[in-house]
Amino acid sequence: MFIYAFKFEQLLSSSGKLLFLHKRIWHQMHLNHLNLLNFKNIRQAELSFIEGINCFVGDNGAGKTNLLDAIYYLSFCKSYFNSIDSQLICHEEEFFVVQGRYERDSQPEDIYAGLKRSQKKQFKRNKKEYPRLSEHIGLLPLVMISPGDERLIVDGSDQRRKFVDGVISQIDKNYLEQLLRYNRILNQRNTLLKSARGKSGVIESQIDIWNSQLALTGQAIFDRRRMFVEQLEPVFQKYHNYISGGNEVVKINYHSHHQKGDIELMLQHNLAKDIVLGYTTRGVHRDDLELLLNSYAVKKDGSQGQKKTFFIALKLAQFEFLNSHFGYPPVLLLDDLFDKLDENRGNRLVELVGSDLFRQIFITDTQKQRLLDIVKHTGKNYAFFDVKEGEVVKDAQNVMND
Amino acid sequence: MNSSRFPSRLLENAVNEFSRLPGIGRKTALRLALFILKQEKDDVQRFSEAVKALREEIQYCKVCHNLSDDEICEICANPKRDHAQVCVVESIRDVMAIENTQQYKGIYHVLGGVISPMDGIGPDDLSINPLVEKASTGAVSEVIFALSATMEGDTTNFYIYKKLAAFPISVTTIARGVSVGDELEYADEVTLGRSLVNRLPFEKTL
Ligand SMILES: [Zn+2]
Repeated sequence: MFIYAFKFEQLLSSSGKLLFLHKRIWHQMHLNHLNLLNFKNIRQAELSFIEGINCFVGDNGAGKTNLLDAIYYLSFCKSYFNSIDSQLICHEEEFFVVQGRYERDSQPEDIYAGLKRSQKKQFKRNKKEYPRLSEHIGLLPLVMISPGDERLIVDGSDQRRKFVDGVISQIDKNYLEQLLRYNRILNQRNTLLKSARGKSGVIESQIDIWNSQLALTGQAIFDRRRMFVEQLEPVFQKYHNYISGGNEVVKINYHSHHQKGDIELMLQHNLAKDIVLGYTTRGVHRDDLELLLNSYAVKKDGSQGQKKTFFIALKLAQFEFLNSHFGYPPVLLLDDLFDKLDENRGNRLVELVGSDLFRQIFITDTQKQRLLDIVKHTGKNYAFFDVKEGEVVKDAQNVMND
Repeated sequence: MNSSRFPSRLLENAVNEFSRLPGIGRKTALRLALFILKQEKDDVQRFSEAVKALREEIQYCKVCHNLSDDEICEICANPKRDHAQVCVVESIRDVMAIENTQQYKGIYHVLGGVISPMDGIGPDDLSINPLVEKASTGAVSEVIFALSATMEGDTTNFYIYKKLAAFPISVTTIARGVSVGDELEYADEVTLGRSLVNRLPFEKTL
């Protein structure tokens, strides 16, 4: 059994970077009860959770991840895995209901999500339906980390932009408006490019104005992203060092056409090419993050475990940004992360989420004993739930640490 | 019951025509047609002549492109208005909204829309050149932008601003109390009036 000589906070103070400790947690938010009806393979479940570590254990396909997805749904009004709501309804049933009772700054919050086949979904806070779902987002901050997040590392640049944009728009409302505006300008410019194919003189009168607009809004987005990546890198490195044991050097490099000169001139120079292609080849919509491990691209040369450590550290950095923005820790969901992660890294990950920064954590795993051995040493309260073919049973041997 | 079966071909024709109007379904169209049937013949005569004359006799003002009964609209023909001050708007409805505030004493220039390739509208489809020509004569001292606060509205402002840069004209924009994307015609009169009075130099909004 491993025992760490230092706590995470001590590790931080020795490095001199106390990024979150100044923010002692006075606010609180956690999920007390969850009721499910016909949600994916879970026909019925009534569960009580603790502040601390809640563990769902069971075989693959038993429904562990569906429990996490239900909790995710209550925060974001949508599934993490499936964008089609009706497919969340249990096979051959007519509706699903997900109900959560939270405690937020000592006040109860009842959140209700329900969907009947071929009807509009209902989403209520304390029995009152939201006029717009977007008003709910941010009430119950949450971060999910799942094996599918490997996309962040291995897929195209759009995944990394989505990650960056997702975090910034949650902490900066103005940014989302800039993004929407940029995309609209880009659509307009691309439409103009297509209309110019095979014809001459169609766009001369107005291409300059679209170039200026794209450059102007693109610059604002570029500035915000650059600032964010500068803040992200040390936080990411901190978590990566901790989980990996500190023997790997990791870096995040932000790449944008905006770094290569005057973007408006570039748009002008590439106009002929853009017209042939029918879309805009320069701008922040092509930005990317280069993810380096010991100066190699982790995408190409990283092992499964190294890639996993990389995206886990990225998502934990996201967690920290949300924590300092909201003033209290989001709920953390860890979906099946211990597979293909070596034992030391897995242990350190749990050790990490056992630190004070994290309040309520939900973990799924296939191996109960392994998980139990790890959570025992965190000093946090923990509870185990056995999941078998859509049935969830709270384990009798729930232990409260003190 | 078959609701599409009419006892009279004439009634059916009238219902068909009414239901072509925006926001009018077949049920409402039938109600309107039956209402017309109950009216005095003289009243119906007047009604149909007003509709016919609207379409056949109305003109667009040669100066500002506003709707008009004559070649020049009432606003442009009014010597008491300040002809050196030109407010640029998208549509005739915006002219009506601003006139309702009773805060504006200049004249207008109706563009007929905003630049939007996705809607197939380029600068040449709008009455931008007549505005620039007018500015080049030295007859204009101030141009006020009052287009909708959308990205396309901003882009159109920017486009015109660049075209006017060569002339000694002050270019201003109405102060927006209304949120982004709101159409001018929906802003209440007090807010709109205030934003006209508190207009800003356009270059400061860039
Ligand atoms: Zn006129």
